[in-house]
Amino acid sequence: MAQNKNKIKISPAERAFDIFNVLFMFFLCIIMIYPFFYVVVASISEPAKLMAHDGLLLAPQGLSGGAYSSVLKNPRVWTGYGNTIFYVIVGTTFNIIMTVLCAYGLSRKGLMFNRIVTIMVVFTMYFSGGMVPSFLVVRGLGLYNSRLALIIPGAISTFNMIIMRTAMAGVPDSLEESARLEGASHLQVLFKIMIPVTMPTIAVLILYYGVGHWNSWFSASIYLKDPSKYPLQLYLRQILIQSQMSDMNQASASEDQALLAETIKYATIIVATVPILVLYPFLQKYFVKGVMVGSLKG
Amino acid sequence: MSASSLQNGGNSGSPSPKVRDTSFKARAIRDLKRNYEIYLILVPVIVFYLIFSYAPMGGLAIAFQDWRPGRAMFGEGARWVGLKHFKDFFGSYYFVRVLRNTVTISVSSLAFGFPAPIILALMLNELKSKYYARAVQTVVYLPHFISMVVLCGMINLFVRDNGVITQVLGFFGFPKQNMLLNPDLFVPIYVISGIWSGVGWGSIIYLAALSGVDQQLYEAAEIDGAGKWMQTIHITLPCIVPTIIIQFIMRTGQILSVGQEKIILLYNETIYDKADVISSFVYRKGLLESNWSYSTAVGLFNSVINFALVTVVNKISSTVSETSLW
Repeated sequence: MAQNKNKIKISPAERAFDIFNVLFMFFLCIIMIYPFFYVVVASISEPAKLMAHDGLLLAPQGLSGGAYSSVLKNPRVWTGYGNTIFYVIVGTTFNIIMTVLCAYGLSRKGLMFNRIVTIMVVFTMYFSGGMVPSFLVVRGLGLYNSRLALIIPGAISTFNMIIMRTAMAGVPDSLEESARLEGASHLQVLFKIMIPVTMPTIAVLILYYGVGHWNSWFSASIYLKDPSKYPLQLYLRQILIQSQMSDMNQASASEDQALLAETIKYATIIVATVPILVLYPFLQKYFVKGVMVGSLKG
Repeated sequence: MSASSLQNGGNSGSPSPKVRDTSFKARAIRDLKRNYEIYLILVPVIVFYLIFSYAPMGGLAIAFQDWRPGRAMFGEGARWVGLKHFKDFFGSYYFVRVLRNTVTISVSSLAFGFPAPIILALMLNELKSKYYARAVQTVVYLPHFISMVVLCGMINLFVRDNGVITQVLGFFGFPKQNMLLNPDLFVPIYVISGIWSGVGWGSIIYLAALSGVDQQLYEAAEIDGAGKWMQTIHITLPCIVPTIIIQFIMRTGQILSVGQEKIILLYNETIYDKADVISSFVYRKGLLESNWSYSTAVGLFNSVINFALVTVVNKISSTVSETSLW
């Protein structure tokens, strides 16, 4: 206490709170991490021992790579992976092109018709035709069972576009003006000035759109008929959720296979989530930055 | 801007020697000529919104028709039935069920899910070690990035009759059951899993507000002899109240929009009575049972209510905090 003489005394209650706080946060982290830990441990356990185990898992019950080898041998997992990577790359590229075009156009000042276009765009955030009419439009365009149905209809997230527009509106006018005086066209201004200057925001949006495509399953489930076009998440849904439903109704053929099917579920979760888990620590600060940018102009 | 101020600007504002044609048409032509490049850039965007946002709004017409594939939506051949589908819905047993479930689920999510990130942010803010705080943040944001399918798949695995959560609860005397087959447990499962996946991410905005609090206020309070607890009550909380109010108001505007994705992944026929919400009902009737017109009517009912709620809430927001959505 001697060295703290200048500071206000820390009361016992405050000290108790600090200790509680540190411990509580630790406990919270365990709650956040444990489900993943459980899934990992379950995925490498021996199926029979896993099923016999009761309560929390702290270590693998036996060791078995059977679940992983059967997941990795499953061609549908690889098809799903390939499709998802396609949707992430092509979809995100298209998202960014459209979002940047829209944001650039709407961030320019002094245009007569920008206000009306802005109203038209923002209105869609608050009112929409809904699930069925949207489905009918996409189907009417001949996009049913087409990969494009997962890329074109969601090209612009208006919320992300507003983040982008705010970033572009914040670029000093002088930069654009001097380029215009030297005879640059708007497209040149866009590519030579606006995009490089707003690159940090574009990076955030690439992450948002990319994760969105990686995790998306609903549009795929309504627009795709052909399993060869399914993204990974849709395949995951089949084995995690739909098989669960059928398990309730019918006893499976062989007991060994049924047991293995259990650990396969855990292994599939890991295989589908590893890319996100691996990239997340490096990208976290960009994601967080996106929330800040978005909240400024919420 | 009023019409008169526009006129004034047009008449007295331009000192150009030539009399310029200030009619709308002439101004529009000049504007299009000068800015045609920007408008060209906007063309694909406008086409996109017209096709994928406004055409479906036009498609809402089928809510007032007996439409089926192959039949015209407009002009001759369209079979208008007025409010028939709305009357069917309001008169049906489903109306009360889906409305009640939607409200129950979103009010429960609001009641428990809304305070959670605020408390988390306040506690994170009190951590003495900034390294520890950052480590905790990294961990608690993580579940936000897990896909909905994986989240619901894990719930599915953990709460079935031999799932880990069911087993742990079993030690405390809960019955061994598949919790997703018990209608009364659906809302708790939905809300708690929502908090698990969203609390960390939701705290970011409050942490941002907390980092903006003027440190001099704390120093002044310390000199006045205020303890940590008093500082939290009298400085920290008041400083983030505006953020809390805005967030709360926005959440209230979405009280009748419970998304269908998580519901569809979690529910099953046994628990429709407690789990079916408006959006999942629209999905089932429309996309699974091809009851196009009826489900469009139900969806339209929901959209209109949501729009009205957001409008009212925005009015309140702009009065209370001068922060409005538009």
